[in-house]
Amino acid sequence: MNQINTRSFAQKWISYKLSPLSLILFLVTVAAALISGGVSVFIVGYVLVKGIPNLSWALFSWHYSSQNASLTPALVNTVTMTGLALVVAMPIGIFSAVYLVEYAKRGNKLVGLIRVTNETLSGIPSIVYGLFGLLFFVSSLHWGYSLLAGAFTLGIMILPLIMRTTEEALRAVPDSYREASFGLGAGKLRTVLHIVLPAAVPGIAAGVILAVGRIVGETAALIYTAGTVAEIPTTVLGSGRTLSVHMYALASEGLYVDQAYATAVVLLVIVVAINWLSGLAAKKIVKG
Amino acid sequence: MANHKERIMQGAFLLAACTSILAVALICLFLFTNGVPAILEIGLLDFVTGTVWRPLDSIFGIFPMILGSIYVTIGAVIIGVPIGLLTAVFMAKFCPQKLYVHLRPLVDLLAGIPSVVYGFFGLMVLVPWVRETFGGSGTSILTASLLLGIMILPTVVKVSEAAIRAVPNSYYEGGLALGATHERATFLVILPAAKSGILAAIVLGIGRAIGETMAVVMVAGNQARMPAGILKGIRTMTANVVIEMGYAYGMHREALIATAVLLFVFILAINLSFSFLQRRANR
Repeated sequence: MNQINTRSFAQKWISYKLSPLSLILFLVTVAAALISGGVSVFIVGYVLVKGIPNLSWALFSWHYSSQNASLTPALVNTVTMTGLALVVAMPIGIFSAVYLVEYAKRGNKLVGLIRVTNETLSGIPSIVYGLFGLLFFVSSLHWGYSLLAGAFTLGIMILPLIMRTTEEALRAVPDSYREASFGLGAGKLRTVLHIVLPAAVPGIAAGVILAVGRIVGETAALIYTAGTVAEIPTTVLGSGRTLSVHMYALASEGLYVDQAYATAVVLLVIVVAINWLSGLAAKKIVKG
Repeated sequence: MANHKERIMQGAFLLAACTSILAVALICLFLFTNGVPAILEIGLLDFVTGTVWRPLDSIFGIFPMILGSIYVTIGAVIIGVPIGLLTAVFMAKFCPQKLYVHLRPLVDLLAGIPSVVYGFFGLMVLVPWVRETFGGSGTSILTASLLLGIMILPTVVKVSEAAIRAVPNSYYEGGLALGATHERATFLVILPAAKSGILAAIVLGIGRAIGETMAVVMVAGNQARMPAGILKGIRTMTANVVIEMGYAYGMHREALIATAVLLFVFILAINLSFSFLQRRANR
């Protein structure tokens, strides 16, 4: 179909001549968008161009040594850390969202309090989480610098994110599902577990994947909770650095610039892939 | 039997929901019990307004770090907010759909880059660039502001784009009907109507900038002294904690925790104003 309300370039030019301010505003806006897009392309492109030539098999060897700043131990630790943090945060986050959406009554005071605390949690800077983890998990609970302490710290950090996305996903499930389930004689719990939660899975998955992205990219909360040892610990009570912490160590030591570039590529690819996956899951909800 | 199960699970859901309250309570408890005694011992006024930070001589004044945090945050806002806001305007009102599907992922990409990668990029690209263009050592307020400005871009873009899109189209049409050009209608009618949401975007960006740690540590120079100029190094409150916590003990350690307490209070105030603005925007 041809659009009828379009204007030719000549017509636009006439109105711009009558109102130079509009032209200026237009140009400034386009320039800003170009800068935003350009910065994004530049940063990613720069890291890729500098890093990809430095990728080598040695970088993926099983052990880290001062001659070979291998990233495999950090990669394994990142996977362990992500798994542990999800084990901590996912049940709590999903359950509390279920409570907020399915059980809490309107005007419940507790709900208001939970929302406020959630907003607070999502705004706390990661270094403050790190310090709390150091004071509570590492010192008071005597876990020492360990994957477990790091995972619990991160678990609290991603809790509000999982809660919020799960809540949105649950709210997006049409009430007719619940009504049909009740109508067939199912109880509240059965309705929630067998009807509502399965229907909300794509939305919940999008949130969880987003949380994984945050875990993988996190540094400040881990330095003083999981420590910076560049090996795979034998138990979860051992200290180990994740990929981001590894990257920070390489960059700040200044001895392994090439390896740091290569590590940045790996980190960037992982995080971008995770975010892309999350977007994919989120698209599934829109399609319904 | 079934009834039992219902009760137990409902209890479990409720318990889970209370975890976030417990978490905030624990965080407050541990930060305040470890940090407040130090503040009291140093004296709140001496701690907050003291201009000298020499832990070895037991002089704990974090005014330079407070200023440092404020300066780089202001710098980030000056750089990030105009570009972010204009980008949001472009994406909501100027961008053809064909371009939008490419621009939006680019902004999302910026949001996804981990802060260490930003810091490394700053160290490798921005620091040498500032050193060669403006002189000085390169690690400076300017460099940190540039990097933080880039880092808050996606936040500002996303939140203000949503705010701009939330303005009813009739406002825009009314503007056009009165003879305004597309640009005038957008900037003079829609933007003022989206004011609260845009303010919320800025406040959220400020929260991001002031809480950022790793990227700032890598490019700001981290000298614990009063800011001496835009091309001189600076240390922020977050940097102070992350740099010295590793080897601090005794009073020094408590003073660092007190720094985090102060940061926490700052962030709480910022978050409160954010949710206040957000609520006003939704009304």
